[in-house]
Amino acid sequence: MQFMLLFSRQGKLRLQKWYVPLSDKERKKISRDLVQTILARKPKMCSFLEWRDLKIVYKRYASLYFCCAVEDQDNELITLEIIHRYVELLDKYFGSVCELDIIFNFEKAYFILDEFLLGGEAQETSKKNVLKAIEQADLLQEVRIFLYHQIHLL
Amino acid sequence: MALKIVKGSIDRMFDKNLQDLVRGIRNHKEDEAKYISTCIDEIKQELKQDNIAVKANAVCKLTYLQMLGYDVSWAAFNIVEVMSSSKFTYKRIGYLAASQCFHESTDVIMLTTNQIRKDLSSPNQYDTGVALTGLSCFVTPDLARDLANDIMTLMSHTKPYIRKKAVLIMYKVFLKYPESLRPAFPRLKEKLEDPDPGVQSAAVNVICELARRNPKNYLSLAPLFFKLMTSSTNNWVLIKIIKLFGALTPLEPRLGKKLIEPLTNLIHSTSAMSLLYECVNTVYIDVNTPPLPSLSLSLCLYLSLPPQLCVQKLRILIEDSDQNLKYLGLLAMSKILKTHPKSVQSHKDLILQCLDDKDESIRLRALDLLYGMVSKKNLMEIVKKLMLHVDKAEGTTYRDELLTKIIDICSQSNYQYITNFEWYISILVELTRLEGTRHGHLIASQMLDVAIRVKAIRGFAVAQMATLLDNAHLLTGNMQRMGICEVLYAAAWICGEFSEHLENPMQTLEAMLRPKVATLPGHIQAVYVQNAAKLFATVLKSQEGNTDSTAAQETSQLMIDRLPLFVQSANLEVQERASCILQLVKYIQKLQQKDVEVAEEVSALFAGELNPVAPKAQKKVPVPEGLDLDSWINEPPSESESEDEQPKAIFAKEEPKHSRPRREEVDEKELAKRREARKQEQANNPFYIKASPSSQKVYQEAPGVEHIPVVQIDLSVPLKVPGLPMSDQYVKLEEERRQKERAEKKKKEKKKRKEKRSGRGKKHDSGPESEEDITPAHQVDIVTEEMPEKSSKHKKKKQKKEKEEKEKKKKKKHHHHHHHSDGGGEEAVQNGTVEEEEPLPVSVFFCFLPLTKVYDIQGNLQDGSQVVVSVIFENKCDSFLKSMEFNVLDSLNSKLQRPEGSGPHDGLTVPFQLPPGVSNEARFVFTVQSIIMPQKLKGTLTFIVKDSSTHEKLDFKLHFTCTSYLITTPCYSDAFAKLLESGDLKCSSVRLEGVNMPFHHLLARICFHHHFSVVERIDSCASMYSRSIQGHHVCLLVKVSAQTVSIDAKCDEPTLLGNVLDEIKQTFSQC
Repeated sequence: MQFMLLFSRQGKLRLQKWYVPLSDKERKKISRDLVQTILARKPKMCSFLEWRDLKIVYKRYASLYFCCAVEDQDNELITLEIIHRYVELLDKYFGSVCELDIIFNFEKAYFILDEFLLGGEAQETSKKNVLKAIEQADLLQEVRIFLYHQIHLL
Repeated sequence: MALKIVKGSIDRMFDKNLQDLVRGIRNHKEDEAKYISTCIDEIKQELKQDNIAVKANAVCKLTYLQMLGYDVSWAAFNIVEVMSSSKFTYKRIGYLAASQCFHESTDVIMLTTNQIRKDLSSPNQYDTGVALTGLSCFVTPDLARDLANDIMTLMSHTKPYIRKKAVLIMYKVFLKYPESLRPAFPRLKEKLEDPDPGVQSAAVNVICELARRNPKNYLSLAPLFFKLMTSSTNNWVLIKIIKLFGALTPLEPRLGKKLIEPLTNLIHSTSAMSLLYECVNTVYIDVNTPPLPSLSLSLCLYLSLPPQLCVQKLRILIEDSDQNLKYLGLLAMSKILKTHPKSVQSHKDLILQCLDDKDESIRLRALDLLYGMVSKKNLMEIVKKLMLHVDKAEGTTYRDELLTKIIDICSQSNYQYITNFEWYISILVELTRLEGTRHGHLIASQMLDVAIRVKAIRGFAVAQMATLLDNAHLLTGNMQRMGICEVLYAAAWICGEFSEHLENPMQTLEAMLRPKVATLPGHIQAVYVQNAAKLFATVLKSQEGNTDSTAAQETSQLMIDRLPLFVQSANLEVQERASCILQLVKYIQKLQQKDVEVAEEVSALFAGELNPVAPKAQKKVPVPEGLDLDSWINEPPSESESEDEQPKAIFAKEEPKHSRPRREEVDEKELAKRREARKQEQANNPFYIKASPSSQKVYQEAPGVEHIPVVQIDLSVPLKVPGLPMSDQYVKLEEERRQKERAEKKKKEKKKRKEKRSGRGKKHDSGPESEEDITPAHQVDIVTEEMPEKSSKHKKKKQKKEKEEKEKKKKKKHHHHHHHSDGGGEEAVQNGTVEEEEPLPVSVFFCFLPLTKVYDIQGNLQDGSQVVVSVIFENKCDSFLKSMEFNVLDSLNSKLQRPEGSGPHDGLTVPFQLPPGVSNEARFVFTVQSIIMPQKLKGTLTFIVKDSSTHEKLDFKLHFTCTSYLITTPCYSDAFAKLLESGDLKCSSVRLEGVNMPFHHLLARICFHHHFSVVERIDSCASMYSRSIQGHHVCLLVKVSAQTVSIDAKCDEPTLLGNVLDEIKQTFSQC
């Protein structure tokens, strides 16, 4: 996987993770282009598109779009599964996750992502293991999580 | 100290934390930028404090701002500070910030090495974990090099949590620091059998990614993966393994056989679509891609009826209600289509169904598939379906896409699948009813193409076009449909040109002269006017046959009434054509009033059928007997003759005469533009005579003069009067022609005739195509009426010469750029030009066998003293070769060109390294003073074999034959004759006995090996010509009788000639 972006229906970036070294300028340009392209697609359209030399896999959960860029030989369906798995993890961690949870606890969202993917590859396919690792790491930290229950992603 | 801590935490209570920042930003939607800039100021203050908690909070906020697109690179050092905190809470934030904000060019990364190393060896596995995660995002080559060992140790950590992270990050390390792969590989391999499934899957992941880059090195792991594949139940792992096999199988076909069973099992049993998709994709697609496309076939043969199996599985995907599966199914299907069209074609129904899908991306995929699926049998059916969709389709983009696809599908491979052209014409006519399409011109060009090329269809086409013209108002009704009116261009032209097929030409004529036509775009009106005249001729012809002569007069009157509308047109083309035709018709009317029969003469204006012409047809026209194109019609003007005699003087004289004072008047841009336009004009002008190759000789003999003609011509057009550029081109043409004359040894030519020819050529810009200008698909012609091939000997020769001329140009470019153009080698062989391949003397290889070399020697046309030697190095041993140095012992005559500053005995570094089995080419330039003698240069190549790190040496000899100084140069027979007559050349001859080969083989051999070109060949006697890089002429007369070949040769340099002849002799003694 080359990168993952989370953005809202208004096109606001909520999370970005880059697994390839790119300058800030390039990153900004890519995310701007991609957000526009995806938001322009109709709701009933399929989740895949070819964009430059990459394959883009995206899925919308409530107000949030999850978007991954993978290489040509990569499997679109498994990427879709990765996205879904990540949303499930967020959901389990926050307990009925909504967009605001991710906005206000964005660092937590990153920590979960980092336990799930490393360098763009899935490192742990067991949900239980990911959550266990996060919980234990959290134990080492004075935790203050603010939960916002609004529109739930799942 | 205690007070300080208390003070710190009190301060902190008033700081904004991340949540406050986010909330603040949300509350300041109007002046977000302003709010954030105050926040950044606060953060800067916070970063100045000693309290690490405050700093961490500030860094956390910065990470958020970074995501919003603000530059936070200024805080890089603070991030490092937070990273090195001993508390996990802050360390975690620090590493997160680093992984988001750092990239390879961040300087402070250098400072982190020791901190990261410390964290990696921390007793707390989460410290280690966080460091590994962070590192995966910002690892640089330096970090990779310094930390590779630490990470490698972590691969055997007691905790699987660390092991799997370490394994995954090793991939990033390998990418940044490839040297680490070799030592780490055994351990990585070991991890494939790790007891923890997470670690195992991480190892599979990494090896799969590595294998995708370089499959060869991982073949040995195949059995291990095979075991994993049959035992694993984890779909994530299985997908990776299948991908890996997809990369390995092309290298080891036997693997395919072994894979059949497990793969078929998986395809049948799995419920996971992602896995199924991967199986299908890998087996049928990845394997099908080069380098071994044939392999896919064998793999398919192994699998029982596999294309069907896969296509059926894909069918399930496509039939699924999930858009995503549908899309992927179609995508995979289109890839299989390339290799197994038959098995896909049977699912036409399904793909047609997809055209109804609400998702446009799916519809477009289905359209792509249809393009490859059509056959003669199903074309009409498919197009009929598509036509239905055109009607239903909403949104012009998709409809336009459909339209172009229909035309693409029908016209593909030269209308291969169309069995009934009446049908196709009706489809095209139907398409014109499409609203708001932009593709009118596309339909128009198809109409023209079909009507012209398919003779049998003309009657039908004309009838359809007449209807179109009649209903033209429907097409031009509203402004939105302007795109479609392009078809009227085609309709008018077809009706006019093939008017004999019209049932009611009068009606069509009237339709073409309606006042409404004046609203059409100018280029269409112009066609209308011209074709109205054609129709007029046809109408007159039919009416004059009748007894009633008034009808014909009425027709003329109609023309006279309607044409003035066009005479007033703002479009010059329309205006000009209309006034010409109006005057013509007025004259005809006068004649008609005198009861003169005019129809015959009027139709003679447009007589002669227009046939499709193959681009090369012109050459097949035989020159009429007794016509000598090269003789003068009139005596040449004496003035130009005197010019001809002093070619240099003309440049010297003329340049100052009229070019210099005017120089300032024309700016560079304008010049460039004109130059470009002129080149274009020349390229399109079939009558333009390209500079003869022999003119190059003139340039060469007067170095530095070569650019002058161009400059001179540019400057002779100083005024920006619209009429002038034309005449300028005239001048240019004339100039070029003169150059050619000069080059051909002042041969007298038929100047008047030439002028006439070039003049005519200019008017007929759009006339028959020149060779470069390949327009209608000639080989594709359906009614191709190839002209009879009656080419006389003379013509053939000319063709050949032209070809050679072109090749020559190519070659020149070749030399100039000093690199091989695509397929350069092949080209050289075909052309029989300079390249020469000789393996080095065998003795060289006895000492050490890692290298073979092949070299070519090429003379450099640009510089008579330069020879380019291309050496191909091929590494035949198993080790990596590097630091190659090429050195040659210079002789008095030949010197290797070395870069400035290096001594005369220094070697040249070969600019590449050679992995085993790889070959690469390097070029070396030699300066040669005298070329009349062959010579051998001794040289050495030194290199280092990677594993042994010792210097190795390879001696070789470079053999510069005299032949390598010759350049294939075409020569006209008359110029050749002049050359022989001139008496400047010395004679020599040689006899070859026992040559047993056909004469043309013999000639080809001389051409190929010795860079000659055939000037003329009569029976078993041929004259040949070549020129050295220093301008020596070499002429051969080759005769063969029985098995004896005698070569009489003339050259202005007897030594060179002797050597060349010796070399020719040697060539034939070897066979």
